[in-house]
Amino acid sequence: MAWFTRKKPPTEAGGEGERHVRTEGLWLKCESCSQIVWRKTLEENLQVCPQCGFHFRIDAAARLQQLFDGGQFEIHEPGMASTDPLNFVDAKPYKERLAAMVKQGLRDAVISASGPLDGRPVNICALELKFIGGSMGTVMGEKITRAVERSIERRHPLIIVSASGGARMQEGAVSLMQLVKISQALMRLDEAQVPYISVLTDPTTGGVTASFAMLGDLNIAEPGALIGFAGPRVIEQTIRQKLPEGFQRSEFLLKHGFLDAVVKRPDLKSYISASLKFFCD
Amino acid sequence: MSSNAESEQPAQSATPAPEPPNPAWQRVQLARHPKRPHTLDYIQRMFTGFSEIAGDRAFGEDAAIVGGMAYFRGRPVMVVGQQKGRDTKQKLLRNFGMPKPEGYRKALRLMRLAAKFGRPIITMLDTPGAYPGIDAEERGQAEAIALNLREMSRLGVPIIVIVIGEGGSGGALALGVGNRVLILQNAVYSVISPESCAAIIYRDAGKAAQAAAALKITAPDLLGLGLVDEIVNEPGEGAHTDYDEAAQWLGDAIAKALDELSALAPKDLIDHRYDKFRKMGNFFVEATA
Ligand SMILES: [Zn+2]
Repeated sequence: MAWFTRKKPPTEAGGEGERHVRTEGLWLKCESCSQIVWRKTLEENLQVCPQCGFHFRIDAAARLQQLFDGGQFEIHEPGMASTDPLNFVDAKPYKERLAAMVKQGLRDAVISASGPLDGRPVNICALELKFIGGSMGTVMGEKITRAVERSIERRHPLIIVSASGGARMQEGAVSLMQLVKISQALMRLDEAQVPYISVLTDPTTGGVTASFAMLGDLNIAEPGALIGFAGPRVIEQTIRQKLPEGFQRSEFLLKHGFLDAVVKRPDLKSYISASLKFFCD
Repeated sequence: MSSNAESEQPAQSATPAPEPPNPAWQRVQLARHPKRPHTLDYIQRMFTGFSEIAGDRAFGEDAAIVGGMAYFRGRPVMVVGQQKGRDTKQKLLRNFGMPKPEGYRKALRLMRLAAKFGRPIITMLDTPGAYPGIDAEERGQAEAIALNLREMSRLGVPIIVIVIGEGGSGGALALGVGNRVLILQNAVYSVISPESCAAIIYRDAGKAAQAAAALKITAPDLLGLGLVDEIVNEPGEGAHTDYDEAAQWLGDAIAKALDELSALAPKDLIDHRYDKFRKMGNFFVEATA
């Protein structure tokens, strides 16, 4: 477990879904307002469109870079990888999917890290959507549970930034039980009276929403994020009608009482910092 | 593991599977068998003095989850389970056993009530899954399920969970945090329905049989993965062939579990449940990065 200092500003790998920032060229067209945005301006604005406020998706490393002071953090269990409990094969073996991700430098869909946030030591887990849709299997279950245990032991606040399609199908019911494993650890964190802030980003659905993402002392979301249990396509197929505009978006959840606040990315760190100050100091 | 069930002709599915029948798919058919005993069939046979408690005291009553006070072989217990309907009218009333948020919240209310008065909790899992509808999302079904998972882990009474039919993902799991998790021989427990899984991985919901096998959802598979504690045998060709005997065997398994757990103090019960789920899914390695 080494200290990582990231001097370079976060860059986007791109290519993973239309809401990602493309790397080529000095400028890009915002997919929300269609305005031309300089990449440098976008970076300075934490990948939020300066014209319309559209939040581009960012990866887990960039997220940690934005939240920790000076981009300084210690990564836990960087080499933890799934052993493929079901020996699962679909279009290709799950083992091959995992191996392909290792080549991209990723071993699972979460980075668990510790470091200072406005000088306060915190644990942050950031989910990585690029890794099989940010899905939760045995590795995410274990890494987040350990992060919760670390938070209890050190009495350091916990922040989890979610971006996930839910439980990982390729690990079957083993994935499903990770919902319990993490939720019960959060019971102990709750009893220890150590703060936990859940940050929901685009998209957070399925078993991730139905476990730790909805169990924060504060549950907050970035604007416009898709948040739900069932995915919109599944619902449309079931009820055979189009879903209303804005359904399952952050603002919809706020209106229905399931989010405490919608916080813009440039305000996120200061919002978390002020909340922890309220809880802890 | 061989079983009588595997000699049973599976019921005709809506989408015929192109693959030859496999044991996993046969069990799915049995778990969904139209005559399979449901929660209320077991309550009627295993308990006396069942007094149903309705409503979540916040939004409404959800008939897809039933629960109440009852006596199990003379002992006061709280029993809660998902309830599918049998005829069309009942299926609609029970929403095909798919709970909405108020159902999970009612269940939690009942379980907390049981814990307050030191009564053991027995839950029965039998649902295709949470309800994928606008209203269930509007009323926060994800939050409701999440809260149940966290709060069940805090209850200082014995909790015995039995998967009696379809253990459909988060909707089932919302009643699934127990000191003992039993599963009937032909029941299944899965992170996703075989049809939905097939639609994703094979782009063909008709390949559900293949997906059922890949997902390892049968009782022996789950026992092998360490996700359930015990398989409860079913009579004859499956529980639907003899309700009374099925209930008798299940009752015996519950009685044994209750006896063992009743010796534990509240804190020990909480720790026991915690340790059990803490160890689930240790399928990882740590390479040097
Ligand atoms: Zn824009």
